[in-house]
Order: sequence, then C-alpha cells, then structure tokens
Amino acid sequence: MAEKRPSLKRFYENNNMEEYLKHFPNNVGSSGYDPWGFNIEGVKRMLPISKFLYEKYFRVEAFGLENIPKEGRCLIIANHSGQLPLDGMLIGHALLTNPHGARAPKAMIERFLPSVPFVGNMLNALGAVIGDPVNCERMLNMEEAIIVFPEGVRGAGKIFKHRYQLQRFGNGFMHLAMKHNAPIIPVGVVGCEESIVSVADIKPLAKFLGIPYAPLVFPMVLPTKVYLHFGEPMDFTPKNKEFKETEISANTAKVTETIKGLIELGLAKRKAIFE
Amino acid sequence: MEREVKPQILVTGAGGALAKKVINKLKAKYRIVAVDFRNKVDLGIPVESYKVDFNKRIFEDIFREHHFDGIIHLGRISSSDSDRFSRYNANVIGTRKLLDLAKKYNVKKNLILSTYFVYGASPYNPSLLDEKTPLKASELTMDLVDSVELENLANIYLYKYPELNLTILRPCNIAGPGVRNTFSTLLAEKNAPVLLGFSPLMQFIHIDDMRDAICTAYEKNVKGIYNVAPDDYIAFQDAVEMSGCKKLYIPSIPPILPERIAKFLKWKAFPAHLINYFKYPVIIDGSLFASTFKWKPTKTLDEIFSYYRGLK
Repeated sequence: MAEKRPSLKRFYENNNMEEYLKHFPNNVGSSGYDPWGFNIEGVKRMLPISKFLYEKYFRVEAFGLENIPKEGRCLIIANHSGQLPLDGMLIGHALLTNPHGARAPKAMIERFLPSVPFVGNMLNALGAVIGDPVNCERMLNMEEAIIVFPEGVRGAGKIFKHRYQLQRFGNGFMHLAMKHNAPIIPVGVVGCEESIVSVADIKPLAKFLGIPYAPLVFPMVLPTKVYLHFGEPMDFTPKNKEFKETEISANTAKVTETIKGLIELGLAKRKAIFE
Repeated sequence: MEREVKPQILVTGAGGALAKKVINKLKAKYRIVAVDFRNKVDLGIPVESYKVDFNKRIFEDIFREHHFDGIIHLGRISSSDSDRFSRYNANVIGTRKLLDLAKKYNVKKNLILSTYFVYGASPYNPSLLDEKTPLKASELTMDLVDSVELENLANIYLYKYPELNLTILRPCNIAGPGVRNTFSTLLAEKNAPVLLGFSPLMQFIHIDDMRDAICTAYEKNVKGIYNVAPDDYIAFQDAVEMSGCKKLYIPSIPPILPERIAKFLKWKAFPAHLINYFKYPVIIDGSLFASTFKWKPTKTLDEIFSYYRGLK
C-alpha cells in the first residue's frame, strides 16, 4: 500500500524548515554550497514546487520506501524516461520526505545538462551532479544516497514508441557499488514515459544547440499518474578485491531484470495513464 | 663586526600585488632580489630590483652577481595583457631560461605559481579536481596554451632535475586589494557581466592567504604539484552580488553568441577565451596542499568580497 507522507506544509507553517534541513547530512560551506553546488537555499526554494508536482500534479504513489537505508552509502538505480529529469526529481522528493528516514538525495545526471542554461545550476542546487565516476566515488565515501540512471541519455531521450523498453545499462554504477560496498536499491518508475511525449529526435537541431537530443514533443508536461516501486536492497559486495568485467556485467543484468519486474508491478497497478 | 649573511631569493613578477606582499613578508629573513619584465619596481631598501627580460642574455648576470638559494617565480603575462606569441615567449620560453639558470647556478628551492585555469572549464568536469587530473585548458582555447605549456615544462624539470626541489602551485581565483586578474577586475566593476542561466560554482582565496601559502610552501619546500584553494564554495552570481556589483546579463545561447559579444566589447573583465569559466565550474581539491603544509586560509568569503563592496 502506498504510504502517507508527512506534509511539507507543516514545515513551513511551523517555520521550522531550517530545523528540518539541518538533519540532512551535507558538506556545505559558509555560503551554503557543497563542492557539487548543492545549496540549502535552492532546496528551500524548490521544495514547495517539488511537493506540488509530487503530490498534486503527478499524484505519485511510492511503494517500498522502507527499503531506502536511513543512513550510509547507497546507490538508487532507476529506469530513465521523459526527456526532462522529472523522474529524478520525483525520486529525490520521495527520499527527502521519506517517513522512514529522510535523506538529502544526490543524483547523477546526464553530462550535457550543465550546458543547458538555468537547468544545470538549478539541478546542481538540488543535489544533481554530472554522472562522472569521480563524483560518485567521492560522494559514496561521504556516505551519500545517490540516484543513478544507468541508461543515461539513451533512456531520457527515447521516443514514445520505445516507452518502457529498457535501454542498455552502463556498467559504471555496478563497478562503483562493488568497489565501495554500496547496496543498490532498484526502482521501477511508471508514468514519466507519458508525461512528455516525443515522436522524433531532431538531430540537426540537437547538434546546433550542442545537446544530445532535440525531441519533437507535445509542448506540455502531461499530468500522468506516477508510480515508484523501490525494491529491496541488493548487495553485490565482491568476494575478492579484484573482480572481472564479466562479473560486473552479470550483476548489472540482475539489477536490470529486477527493475523490469518493478516496472511490471507499476504497469499492473495503474488503471489508466492519468488515474 | 661581521655582516649577517641572509639566504638570497629571486622573486619574479615584482610589479604585481602578490609578489610585493610576498617580498614584504620575506625581506626580514631573506635577501630579496626582485625582477619584473615591465619596469624596475621600487620596493625600498634592502630589496634590489631589476627590469629584465628572461630571454635576454643579460638576465644571467643577475645569477652571476647573486648566489640564490631559491627562486619564487610569480611573474607571468596574463592572457589579457598581450598577444599569444609574446605570452608564449615570456611565459614558456622565459620560464625555461629561468629553470635552466636555476639548474646551472645550483638553486636549491624553486617555486612556480601556476593557475587553476589549466584544468579547463568544461561541463564534463567532476568536482574537486585533484592534481592528477589532465590539463584540458588548451583543448578548449588556444589562449591558454601558454599556461598549460608552462605547467608541462615545469613538470619535466620537476622530475628530470629533482635537485631543483620544484614546487608548482595551482591556486583558485586570487582576490583582494591590488589583484588584477580577470575575476578580481570583474568584481571591482560596478556592472559585472554574467551569463544568463549560468552561475558556476567558484573558489576564491584572499591575496594575504595566498601570500602565506607561497611563503609556507617555499620555506617548507616539499617538491610537487599542489592545488591551493579553501574548502568553501560560492556560485559566481552570488559572488557578484556579495561584491556589490549590478549584474549585466549576457545572452548565453546559442553558445557562439556570448563569445561574439565578448570579442566585440573587448572588456578585460569578460574575455572571450574565458567564456567557459563563466559557465562551468572548475572546483579544485586543495586538501593535499593543506595537509602537506599544515595550511589553512584565514579570510572568509565575506571578508574577501567586502573589499569589493567597499569600492562601490
């Protein structure tokens, strides 16, 4: 059953937003920024918006939130879709307001996003970081919870007819999980695929703008109903310090299969795209 | 009475604010010889000062007349001061001449000031770049080739001639009174250019902290390459606001547009070849320097920017 989440309104009404945010582990300096651009003020500004999108616009139902570790390093691995990183924002909001223990989410995002005006800085302020293994390693060592979309732009930029077809998962996340003994929380996202419907990718325009894809879309983010299924933690701690690429690939395949199953659960749960 | 014999140090770039501070701090303990390629800088007694071009043979006379224990090489022509060819000659060829003389005259402690610009500003940069990160600035702009080449040259001497005990420092943005680099010039302006939709994370170090970092690194002399930066960060547009500047928004797309605007304006605070540094963060990890030299900056970001606020 989907869980009732604590109202963020309460935090504003009681004027204890500062208190709420104090609980999040972060490494911010005198101006409120951490080395990746995470910014408390940015989170404060965005929380009402993400709350509105999460609760009212996409009417998200989240299952298995108890599977997210209350503390310590972990990788939250999900399928990717929807042209814009709305899925990342919704998973992040779920972590931020998890009744079983809130976490300040970090998310690995596509490398092109920092080159998009406004979007890059806004995402950084909320905890999004470019998907570079160096960033991920450092954050795991700081015991962060990190959202990763191993499909990358292959998943985000796919057109509508390919919805819910998982694209190739990169092995990078698994390598880091095994190297740093980080549990993996698989997530199946259903609903974001239909929120922005892309019928084609205009490659010459993408090249002109310096971005990896330029979707031909219906110019509106549709209020689809979104389901998030968080699976049980998967432990891939290797037996030996040295592990082969074939072992990593096999483990990645296990995560892919688990996420497929979680997507199936979401698809079975929903009655229609908007309800 | 026998005259006290102090160790001698050659300090280059004596006309710059940072070099003047370094000289003032060290002159009680060391005999300082100051050189600058622009003019003979009057630093008062007892500092000997010369105007000299490193690439001229006469430069060696200074080494013949003095027996240097160390060199602190702070003198560089910045990318906004001259054309590419002159910069290469002065910064790269001139530094090679300096290091060759250091080797020939058995100078045992050598320090070179580089810059974090050598890493290059790219959307693909991870945060907290350490000293092993490849230097990609020349891939992004030809105008930083001399900075990267200077580093490469220093690296060759560092490993080929260990007896030089070479220390290379890569500081973040140095700021404060008298500093004339791009971002310090910009923060001193009433209207500061910012790119619409971009506010990269930055690091700033106060000129006094940088002076102390240089003096500490010289005196402790642990050869190697070190980033020098505080573990405190600020978004560029916040820094502009804290410095009391009004933001002058420059359109950022298509990517060629801000570059064209910068070329048209010819504004020292907004050079075309540094556009990427106005867009993407280059955050460096200064922990190796901090732990090796037991160094910690003393000035906060607010103290740094209060100087610029005071100019408005």
